[in-house]
Amino acid sequence: MIPALFVLAYLAIVLYIGIFAFRRSGGTAAEDFFLAGRSLGPWVFLLSLFGTHMTAFAILGSSGHAFNFGIVTYGLMASISALVVPVCLLFLGTRLWSVGKRFGLITPVQIFRDRWECGHIGTLIFFLQAALLIPYIIIGVMGGGTTLSVISGGFIPFWLGGLLVALVVMSYVFFGGMRGTAWVNTFQTVLFLGFGAIAVMLIGQGMGGFTSVTERLLNNPATASLLTREKFSLTAFFSYTFNPLSAIAFPHIAIFCLTARKVTQFKRTVIFYPICILLIWLPCVYLGVAANQATDIPAIEAKIEARAATGRPVPGDDVMLQLLNRYAPGWIAGLLGAGIMAAVMASDSQILALSTMFTEDIFAFYGGKARFGEHAQIFTGRLFVVLVTAFAYFTALNAKVAIFDLAVQYAFAGYAAMSPLFVAALCWRGSTKWGALAATLFISASTVALYFLPRGFTVAGFAPVVPMTLISAALVWGVSLLTPKPSAATIHRYFPSASV
Amino acid sequence: MKKILASLAIGALLLLHQDWWNWTTAAPLAFGFLPVGLWYHALFTLAAALLMAGLVRWCWPADLEQHE
Repeated sequence: MIPALFVLAYLAIVLYIGIFAFRRSGGTAAEDFFLAGRSLGPWVFLLSLFGTHMTAFAILGSSGHAFNFGIVTYGLMASISALVVPVCLLFLGTRLWSVGKRFGLITPVQIFRDRWECGHIGTLIFFLQAALLIPYIIIGVMGGGTTLSVISGGFIPFWLGGLLVALVVMSYVFFGGMRGTAWVNTFQTVLFLGFGAIAVMLIGQGMGGFTSVTERLLNNPATASLLTREKFSLTAFFSYTFNPLSAIAFPHIAIFCLTARKVTQFKRTVIFYPICILLIWLPCVYLGVAANQATDIPAIEAKIEARAATGRPVPGDDVMLQLLNRYAPGWIAGLLGAGIMAAVMASDSQILALSTMFTEDIFAFYGGKARFGEHAQIFTGRLFVVLVTAFAYFTALNAKVAIFDLAVQYAFAGYAAMSPLFVAALCWRGSTKWGALAATLFISASTVALYFLPRGFTVAGFAPVVPMTLISAALVWGVSLLTPKPSAATIHRYFPSASV
Repeated sequence: MKKILASLAIGALLLLHQDWWNWTTAAPLAFGFLPVGLWYHALFTLAAALLMAGLVRWCWPADLEQHE
């Protein structure tokens, strides 16, 4: 129960930070609420962006996946993200920042509309982005429920844990907007990085030392393969190379790129991003594998027996929390539990992003801002925050799919396939709205198809994200070549140094 | 020239990420407990950080700074 008290205290602190940030900003301008007035400093930008990207998926999903599949999890998602995400931030994120700053734009759809001189195609892109983001928000609520339930030893049920997390996130996003969310994310990242290392050492000691754990894993025929990657095919491994492309297309990441005070703040973020990934993911993956030796924990032993009986992966999203509860002292477990909660609560920026998109891309675009004013726009944004959170919570109560699979199947594949739109808009003056429309329709159709296809569906051994991204890029390119370009004036605004 | 070198460096790391030669073995262990498939990718992550430092140094889009 002590760890749960720490987590509850932590929730109170982030709530305070969010409300404090709101008081400090004092403004009502939409740009201030949705983008923190484009004023975030270098460290807040780095830590908050990282905290925004790291979710329940990173902490709970990674250790759960490693529990079933072994060390392959790190290479699948972490090390490739350490390369692809910073490259995207360096070459696309900086351009997003520049365009947003120069033309006063707040969302990716606004940029697409302005860049390709289109209206309703932008609306279609909004609906696609929003539909793909919803599962990600649900993951956050599910992770919150799981964390509080496990850390309290079942005293706080899943439904109540999820409700508490949803209410806290909703409150500080509602009051604090982007500034509150950014400061909370910064606090969360520092907390997790700070106490994570201590907890890992304590869990290692509790299990008899890491050397002993690895030896026992190697000597057990049932677990030795978890220290290799033989359970995964090379083509499946390669497929995951495409997943981190989703980062720049995630609305909460793309919008966050617009919050930096200066473009030079991207420098520190780009360089330190891989280090942050290493610090978070390496312990999570190793401990997920090591959990296979923690047979003194009844919940984990039950999972191992179920897996052996069925020969299929079992839900493992709670293994990290089980280790924490068993091997770390109560107060450390509480502090790291709060840190895990921090990562789980990255859904805050997603909820805010969805609210920003709705108010800017739909409400303001279709005349709401002009008719009712800026106060009404911000009110609408806050109302949307409440509605989205409530929807995510009630959906999470009935969701049965493991966090990792849910994220990978829908959001990652769809957003990765959207990345060619960003490249085309920001780096290629020959791109057109028709190319964007073709790609958007294809991604929408293929994502729906993905829902009905059996889990684990592949194309020539490759995960769907590979053909989806390649076909999307081909459509943007091919259709753009055949269709009329935007006006010379628009192209010149976006590419002032290029001849039209 | 800088763009070509940057593309080659990124491409080289993408290739190094597909380390099929470590696929079915846990040895050698680093620090006595980290299997090769894990510490290799930990080093890969550090290499990515170094590459990013190089890209920021030599391929930084300085033209965007005029809008600060």
